[in-house]
Amino acid sequence: MAQMNMKEAIRDAMRVELSRDPNVMIFGEDVGNVGGVFRVTEGLQKEFGEERIFDTPLAESAIGGLAFGLGVQGFRPIAEIQFVGFIFEALDQIVIQAARLRYRSGGKYNAPIVFRTPFGGGVKAAELHTDSLEGLIAQSPGIKVVIPSNPYDAKGLLIASIRDNDPVFFMEHLNLYHAFRAEVPEGEYTVELGKANVVREGSDVSIITYGLMVHTATKAAEQLEKEGIKAEIIDLRTVSPIDIDTIVASVKKTNRAIVVQEAQKSSGVAAEVIAQINEKAILHLEAPVLRVAGPDTVYPFAQIEDTWIPTPARVITAVKQVLEF
Amino acid sequence: MTRVPYEVYTEDVEALSVLSPDGEVINKDKLPDLTDDQLKEIMYRMVFTRTWDDRAVNLGRQGRLGFYAPVSGQEATMIGSEFALEKEDFICPGYRDIPQLVWHGLPLYQAFLYSRGHQHGGQIPDGVNVLMPQIIIGAQILHATGIAMGFQLKKQKNVAITYTGDGGSSEGDFYEGLNFAGRFKLPVIFFVQNNGYAITTPFAKQTASKSIAHKAVAVGIPGIKVDGMDIFAVITAVREAAERARNGEGATLIEAVTYRFRPHSLSDDASKYRSKDEEGQWSEKDPINRLAKYLEKKGLWTEEDTLRVREEAKATVNEQIKKAEQTEKMTVSGLIDSMFEVTPKHLEEQKADFE
Repeated sequence: MAQMNMKEAIRDAMRVELSRDPNVMIFGEDVGNVGGVFRVTEGLQKEFGEERIFDTPLAESAIGGLAFGLGVQGFRPIAEIQFVGFIFEALDQIVIQAARLRYRSGGKYNAPIVFRTPFGGGVKAAELHTDSLEGLIAQSPGIKVVIPSNPYDAKGLLIASIRDNDPVFFMEHLNLYHAFRAEVPEGEYTVELGKANVVREGSDVSIITYGLMVHTATKAAEQLEKEGIKAEIIDLRTVSPIDIDTIVASVKKTNRAIVVQEAQKSSGVAAEVIAQINEKAILHLEAPVLRVAGPDTVYPFAQIEDTWIPTPARVITAVKQVLEF
Repeated sequence: MTRVPYEVYTEDVEALSVLSPDGEVINKDKLPDLTDDQLKEIMYRMVFTRTWDDRAVNLGRQGRLGFYAPVSGQEATMIGSEFALEKEDFICPGYRDIPQLVWHGLPLYQAFLYSRGHQHGGQIPDGVNVLMPQIIIGAQILHATGIAMGFQLKKQKNVAITYTGDGGSSEGDFYEGLNFAGRFKLPVIFFVQNNGYAITTPFAKQTASKSIAHKAVAVGIPGIKVDGMDIFAVITAVREAAERARNGEGATLIEAVTYRFRPHSLSDDASKYRSKDEEGQWSEKDPINRLAKYLEKKGLWTEEDTLRVREEAKATVNEQIKKAEQTEKMTVSGLIDSMFEVTPKHLEEQKADFE
């Protein structure tokens, strides 16, 4: 097995699928020769040619529309939206056109498209490069939203996303691209979409989270363990649909839960997780489920983002609140 | 400093016209090569479509159709442009462009089902290369670029055609689509039916551009203006654009100047924004009368033919609307199952509330 960081694992997933299926193709702004502003697609154009990996003019809506039309023609486009803040320009094509194609055509057409986009803060990027907009897409019917937290998952989830016949919004946290290396198998394997992962077992409280916050929660859990508190951590991996079964199984064991997300607090993935826990496991709860999240402000300018983004200390505080309820 | 020559964007472009309103050929060089049978077929389709449109308006008022955008007046642009294509060419329509879909192979009852808000309307039969009508004004323009790139990559000598109106030419997607098509030399035809109004907003309030055809200049593709009440001009323009596309020469923007005799939709009153005088002037250019005059002179069409086609169209519409009405209603469960190829567990559970 090779050691890869998340960027390399994502690239490897695309390489595997480009080799396996001639209908897979990649396009977006600057993804060709230089391999994207984060070099995620570096080398792929050289390996697979300019017909399959190419730069587009700077126009997000057209990138989405191009993906839609190519999907109708039987291709499997991977369309990169350079930064998450630019998806608004393409939102019609993503959530109105691609996500509704199967429904509008009564199943005649599908949209086997992966929209890849970097997101998430903590890297002092420019405004609108870092927001966490997964809740926005997750609320749209007909599209899956996938957020890996580590290189192994990133590769397996991306391969599964490319093979999926429905559109997938695949979000890559900026702060995880180079964060660490991990063992990643060579060749093809998939990680099932819609399936959460228990990344740390524990008996006292469930911490449900995803993306970068898995690592924040892990740091908090390590601290808590020193105080004798055993936290179980669930990495959602897919924030739409949510794997409520894995969450319920955990809550039945721990009877307490918190949800940690980097995005603003209201109306997002955490709210949805809590609503579903209420529907399916309320009698197993000993305390209300709390959220640790960004405040309901716009995503802050770089100067204060480190305090805006949830920290291990805030996670620890929330865990203690539900334990002491 | 060098500037784009002033005349490039201030001089009007002449609209291609082949047939005078009296049915005389005024531009022999651009007369499309059509057999007598093809000419009669085109006339048949125009009369049929006008009758179907009349009936559809009535059916709409009776509540037997849902959203319906009338087409009378635009038969030359719709039928002419579709007739100029091959069966394998792909149509990406706007919401008014139902005739092109039907003449390209979509069964009429499915067009009615689409209007009635039934999913089966969008279940396009195999081998019919069309998308269902688009509601978002510019989205289909981008879909056509993607479909055209598909043809290009598959090395298929086919074209994608997409339709919008003069209002649609103001959308950002319009420019993005044209620019992509120019950049990648895509086999696509952007066909703008300039019927003078975006719902109620007149063309003069839509753009300061001298014409819509001018907008092609900015992206490096040809822009052509045609008389949209002249079916021969439309056929010639689309045939030439399709040939360019098939030869790998890329996209064309066609502006067809036309008129919708009826309001934008059944819920709109055209008398609030158009004069009787204006409507009268345009009805003198009626594309059906124009072709009829030409064909009558050639001994290919008579008033009796028109009456016969009208009766046939009425009977077909009656039979097809009945078929639409008898189609089993959609269900919420069916809707839920159409969201994904494999229905996720949470949606399976939500179905229970409706069963």
